[in-house]
Amino acid sequence: MTDSLNDKRYDTIIVGAGHNGLVCASYLARAGRRVLVLEAAGQPGGAAATREFHPGFKVSSGAHLLTQLNPTVAKELGLTGHGLEYAARDLKTVALDANGQHLVIDGAAVAGVSADDAAAYASFYAQNQRFGKVLDGFFSRRQPTLVDRSWDDAFSLLKLGWSMKRLGKADMQDLMRVGLINIYDVANEHFDNDLLKAAVAMDGVLGSHMGPRSPNTVYAYLHRHIGDCWGSSGPALLRGGMGALGSAFAEAARGFGADIRCNSRVVLVDMQDCRATGVTLDSGESFQADTVISNVDPKTTFEKLVGYPSLDAGFARRVHNFRSRGVSAKLHLALDGLPGFRGLDAALAGERLLLAPDMDHIERAFNHAKYGEYSQAPVMEISIPSVHDGSLAPAGKHVLSAIVQFAPYALRGGWDSAGDAFKQVALEQLEAYAPGLGGQVLAAELSTPIDLEQEFGMAGGHWHHGEIALDQALLMRPMPGAHQYSTPIPGLYLCGAGSHPGGGIMGLAGRNAAQAVIKQQKSSQEHAA
Amino acid sequence: MSLRAHDERMVMPTPFAPRVQAMCQTNDWYIWAGYTTPNTFEEVGLEYFAMRNSTGVFDLCPMTKYRITGPDGEAFLNRVMVRDVRKIKPGRVGYTVWCTDDGMVHDDGTIFHLSQGEYRLCAQERCMDWLQWSALGFDVEIVDETADIAALAVQGPTSCATLRRMGLEGIEQLKPFGIASFPFNGAELTVSRTGYTGDLGYELWIDAEQALPLWDALFEAGRELLIRPVGSEALGIARIEAGFIMAGEDFVPAEQVVRHGRARSPFELGLGWLVDFDKGPFTGRNALLREQRDGSRYRFVVLDVEGNKPAEHSFILDKHGRTIGHVTSAAWCPTAKTNIALASMNMPWGREDDEMYAEIYYNRELHWTRLLSRCRVRTGPVFDPPRRRATPAPQV
Repeated sequence: MTDSLNDKRYDTIIVGAGHNGLVCASYLARAGRRVLVLEAAGQPGGAAATREFHPGFKVSSGAHLLTQLNPTVAKELGLTGHGLEYAARDLKTVALDANGQHLVIDGAAVAGVSADDAAAYASFYAQNQRFGKVLDGFFSRRQPTLVDRSWDDAFSLLKLGWSMKRLGKADMQDLMRVGLINIYDVANEHFDNDLLKAAVAMDGVLGSHMGPRSPNTVYAYLHRHIGDCWGSSGPALLRGGMGALGSAFAEAARGFGADIRCNSRVVLVDMQDCRATGVTLDSGESFQADTVISNVDPKTTFEKLVGYPSLDAGFARRVHNFRSRGVSAKLHLALDGLPGFRGLDAALAGERLLLAPDMDHIERAFNHAKYGEYSQAPVMEISIPSVHDGSLAPAGKHVLSAIVQFAPYALRGGWDSAGDAFKQVALEQLEAYAPGLGGQVLAAELSTPIDLEQEFGMAGGHWHHGEIALDQALLMRPMPGAHQYSTPIPGLYLCGAGSHPGGGIMGLAGRNAAQAVIKQQKSSQEHAA
Repeated sequence: MSLRAHDERMVMPTPFAPRVQAMCQTNDWYIWAGYTTPNTFEEVGLEYFAMRNSTGVFDLCPMTKYRITGPDGEAFLNRVMVRDVRKIKPGRVGYTVWCTDDGMVHDDGTIFHLSQGEYRLCAQERCMDWLQWSALGFDVEIVDETADIAALAVQGPTSCATLRRMGLEGIEQLKPFGIASFPFNGAELTVSRTGYTGDLGYELWIDAEQALPLWDALFEAGRELLIRPVGSEALGIARIEAGFIMAGEDFVPAEQVVRHGRARSPFELGLGWLVDFDKGPFTGRNALLREQRDGSRYRFVVLDVEGNKPAEHSFILDKHGRTIGHVTSAAWCPTAKTNIALASMNMPWGREDDEMYAEIYYNRELHWTRLLSRCRVRTGPVFDPPRRRATPAPQV
């Protein structure tokens, strides 16, 4: 197998078989390129992974809900034809209340709040959908630059301008206004109910080193809710967990002719005459190709795979200053039965559950992270996928997966001894909402940001590969000099979540990157001719 | 160390201040990189001719000096500089420039390869921040030793003889751009055959505490050889005559540029010969390759200007009176007896046979005169005496 791979000449090597790498591989292979995807882990999919963490209990060990899969990517890659099956779609969001007065958000509708708040949420939702359409058009293309602009970039900016104008004056003013403020203020403008505000704020801070009062949280909210514009009213679960999505992406890529090799950790981008010429694995084996595309996060790509000495000092400074320190831990529980959240109808246990009583609580939980501590009363996004998918746990038993914030990557004193203590904090927090849950726990696993970094190769354990903030997003993602998927190293490209339009399982970064690579090489061929 | 020194006093005296102040008849000072420095000591002409006919001594202490050590010292410098630093062998000095990512010149300076793996970088501007960012990924230590090292330029035809009289045995054998060490007053005196005058000359480097004994010994040794301290005005004429550029005059250091496009690349300063694309990655390489492919915006030239009126701050015009460039530095050069201007020309101007005029204004007793003086591009050096390169150096 190894020999046949080595004998085969590839023109493109993709580092990392995460979903964007596989999407990029698919489009390039479809365009006739000979593509090899090298993956460090034992299976493709990256953070779209399912792992057995306790005998008989499986969990989506990275991303656990599918919120933003781009339908164009899914359709063009024919993911459903590659065995992708939904266990549940359009999940509702339940904002848990410790006393059982839960709210249920279903698309534009909210149950459990005043009529005023319900109406306000419907109009908030509708406006965000209109904002989302602006972003949608911008996300599906290579981001433009403001200087050295090409016709393509001019078209992107015109398109953006036109979609802004089409919003109408009131919406356009509102988008310009809220885009730079924080979700705390925006939620307070619209709603009275604390639990509803907290549910909205959670979508602005999940996965980010931000509290509700931090700037950029409105953009993060819109980024997360782009899925609302793509035909779903809530997140989805896949049969077999997220690993099934990883497999489907891998099958799609293979179907187009790409080769995928797992257990192959790339440690170096090889260079000759200051140009990328291939990669070397930790085994010492190397592969040559004209084009190397990194699906690894930008910081790891430039700091480790390329190395600062090969980069211009100003660019190296930008890479060094790129913010990619995660604040999210993953909690995985194997449970003897379905947990009973106080006052929650068992029929809702399989929905998306949010544990965040109010915005100040989230902000206080974040405060700890600012000072290198973990939250003493963390907030959570919880999923019990076994309610919809019997393949994940033995009959009658369940798995619970939670994103627990805030657990800063750079914990003061390190995570070595703190992981267990934070796990206890998280379990106690759950116990307060689901009395008796502690007694149901057969096994509990907490992945700290350090663990997530190691498991998925993401710098800082940050699932967006870098903070989604306006200075690292849109025109500037990940950083000037590495935008538009190309890098200062000729022959080296980026295609991962660190590139435009960013993280979440969308697939657009991989798709846009493939288009950019094809386009750039076509134009350089024409130039040469 | 040197930054701490400036915490105590905004503008510092140099270690030679007691002697310099005593000898500065004109009391004519300016601030150079945070130090008080004389424009002139007595009379600019006398000082200039000391450098050309005997020995002129210039206090170099304000020159920014960084000590660079560590296993990656060479690799680090090679990434910062446009030239191949590996070619500067131990005991040698190399002139260099360093650039931003955009290929614009931060500064020019000299690298002293003091001993294997140990370097001193001399620069006009402070650049610790840039050096530290450039050190990402390298095992290297960078120390600002500006305040710790006292330095003197000793320049002119009797400079070698003066240093011999001071007791520097064998100094005449030191080749241009070479470095040698001598014991002095219980300390180590480092001498390099370098300078900013285009003539035979040396630079002396010693622990700051040894500054005054060094000054005294030097002036004692050179008394009969007509040694004289020189200020920056005289040095300014000598360096223009030698065709050397100066940061802040002939280009704006890239990090100080505020307006887009005002910085200059090495090619645009006539320093393309330094740029080595074959040595591997260095900061600015991509941008300079692009410039090489797409063409530069400016051409740097040395102009012979007709007449004897210095073309300072002049526009350069074509025969139709259109502006095609401007002068960055100019002087009447007394030894070469030519009127020299260093100029930045808009491309493609500045070719050898271009017809160009310097628009010179000068004032005599409230009477302004405008001159259009024909300029010709100089191809060879203006001032280049054989003693500049002769080894052993002439001892008069």
